[in-house]
Amino acid sequence: MLSKKALLQIISQNSASVELHCSGAWNHDTIDEAKKQLLSLNKNSNLSNILFDFTGAEVFDSAGMLLIVETINKNVARGVAVTFINMLPVHQRMLVFYRKHYVSSNNAHNVEVPNFFERIGKTVYDSLNNFNAFIEFIGQSVWHLLLMFRFPSRFRFDALVKHLHSSGFQAIPIIGVTSFLVGLVVAYQGSMQLQKFGANIFIVEMVSISVFRELAPMITAIVVAGRSASAYTAQIGTMKITEEIDAMRTLGFHPFDFLVLPRMLALMLAMPLIVFLADIVGVFGGMLVAKMQLGLSFAEFIGRLHTEVELKNIIIGLAKAPLFGLLIAAIGCFRGFQVTGSTDSIGTQTTVSVVNAIFWVIAINAIISVMLTELGV
Amino acid sequence: MSVLIRTENLVTRFGDVLIHDKLNFTIKEGEIFGLLGGSGAGKSTLMRQMIMLEQFAGGNLHVLGKPIRGISVKSAQSLRLQWGVLFQFGALFSSLSVLENVVVPLKEYTNLDKEQMHSIAKAKLRMVGLPDRVVQLNPSELSGGMKKRVALARALVMDPKLLFLDEPTSGLDPASARAFDRLIVELKHMFGLTIVIVTHDLDTIKNALDRFIILYDKKILIEGSMEDVKSMNHPALDHFFTSN
Repeated sequence: MLSKKALLQIISQNSASVELHCSGAWNHDTIDEAKKQLLSLNKNSNLSNILFDFTGAEVFDSAGMLLIVETINKNVARGVAVTFINMLPVHQRMLVFYRKHYVSSNNAHNVEVPNFFERIGKTVYDSLNNFNAFIEFIGQSVWHLLLMFRFPSRFRFDALVKHLHSSGFQAIPIIGVTSFLVGLVVAYQGSMQLQKFGANIFIVEMVSISVFRELAPMITAIVVAGRSASAYTAQIGTMKITEEIDAMRTLGFHPFDFLVLPRMLALMLAMPLIVFLADIVGVFGGMLVAKMQLGLSFAEFIGRLHTEVELKNIIIGLAKAPLFGLLIAAIGCFRGFQVTGSTDSIGTQTTVSVVNAIFWVIAINAIISVMLTELGV
Repeated sequence: MSVLIRTENLVTRFGDVLIHDKLNFTIKEGEIFGLLGGSGAGKSTLMRQMIMLEQFAGGNLHVLGKPIRGISVKSAQSLRLQWGVLFQFGALFSSLSVLENVVVPLKEYTNLDKEQMHSIAKAKLRMVGLPDRVVQLNPSELSGGMKKRVALARALVMDPKLLFLDEPTSGLDPASARAFDRLIVELKHMFGLTIVIVTHDLDTIKNALDRFIILYDKKILIEGSMEDVKSMNHPALDHFFTSN
């Protein structure tokens, strides 16, 4: 049945009228030729009468029937009389049905594509709106934090513990390995240069100051941003789409108390602890390279660490950690609340959340680094 | 009338829990067939097995003459092109507009030109009672009832022989639900469609269904029409047909 073609034969034709015989199967994969013939018929301007004879027309699918409907409509619209004979009752009903539901392709909806300037304007406007919304979000978080100090019973201790475990404790292995490798690489590259000057011993300051002040907090923050900012956005976004957040509100649970504050506090608490671990592992990586490449023993390394590297380096690194934690959690949660409508939006917001979190961690770290150096700290 | 779907001692288990205990029934060409039963009776599971989304533990299931157990990839694909499925919540692709959602099967499986595809999709959208202004909207901008109609248009767009509807009238207002019943009866007559429906809606059961099975206690309580039910006396039936 499917192999049959839609046949359209012109039985008789004079200048004003034409008789057509349609037979075979009129399906989406068989109507190509019939369509071309009908199109050329539509262009014939002398026509005043068309007669369709459907003897032997077996099957119509929507594409086939719509082709007939389109031909009829176009010709009726330009004043050509169209008649059909010998149509099976079931096909007649289909024809009536499709004529009722036919939409001419002329009134197709055109989507307007915004021009270049319109797009720039829209992007700027959206970014400003987004920024305002983020500031508002931070404000709300602080307000709820203050409320929590006033009414400690609002504090969700079990949620905090849960997030400490999933965002902090479970991140330890990957952050440990990453910092170890970074410490190793920095020491390795540094030792090559220092050896040229015979300044082997300075590997201690080089590795430990850069790890303590910059690398450990940054690596930790980037890994945590990748793990937790995405998780927070996806969790909160899903809850928003499934109306769980609305359900919480109607039950009188404020989403900030239940969702945002535990996550923020968890990261602010967990970050310094993980950074401290990353400090140790990173410097250990450096120590290994110092021993292997420069022949500096562990005892010598640690001895020089005590005398030459000031405690403030560790403190600066650890002090940045809660700030990064707050930033990551705030961006992750904020993006979660920005999810609207469809599941598609969860993906978009999760991407934005991770990119924003990593970018702001790096940017703020750079600002702090420059500020402290200029201040001579 | 030929048989389109036939089960042979179909057994379903979830872990250790027995859901269906050797079901045997047939769905004939051109009928609107209901899968009925209380919540958790396994109606939707049964439908999902017919459309090859879920496996069964024993017995066999024949759809359009092909046994589902051990079906080849090729015949599975050809089966999929012969049926349309309407999921309970529409399951529209959220990244595509309404029109694109309906056009997607045409784009993938036919080589019609764009104008023809759009005119088919728009005709189907009108057929299910959607106004023209919705075609460019995204699914997230539609109400639940509208999503269902779009999903029905998508299910119908390839002119399937067999249509599966999972709770088509749930979440619709009564007027729309009755309009939906009329629409499926009209589609059955017009295109000779065979329609399998999972439903709880008593009005749909009375107005639209030709025959049905009622699942009760892992077995088929009855296979037949409303007439057959009236002549039968079973406490579970009273419960099923009186509690709305």
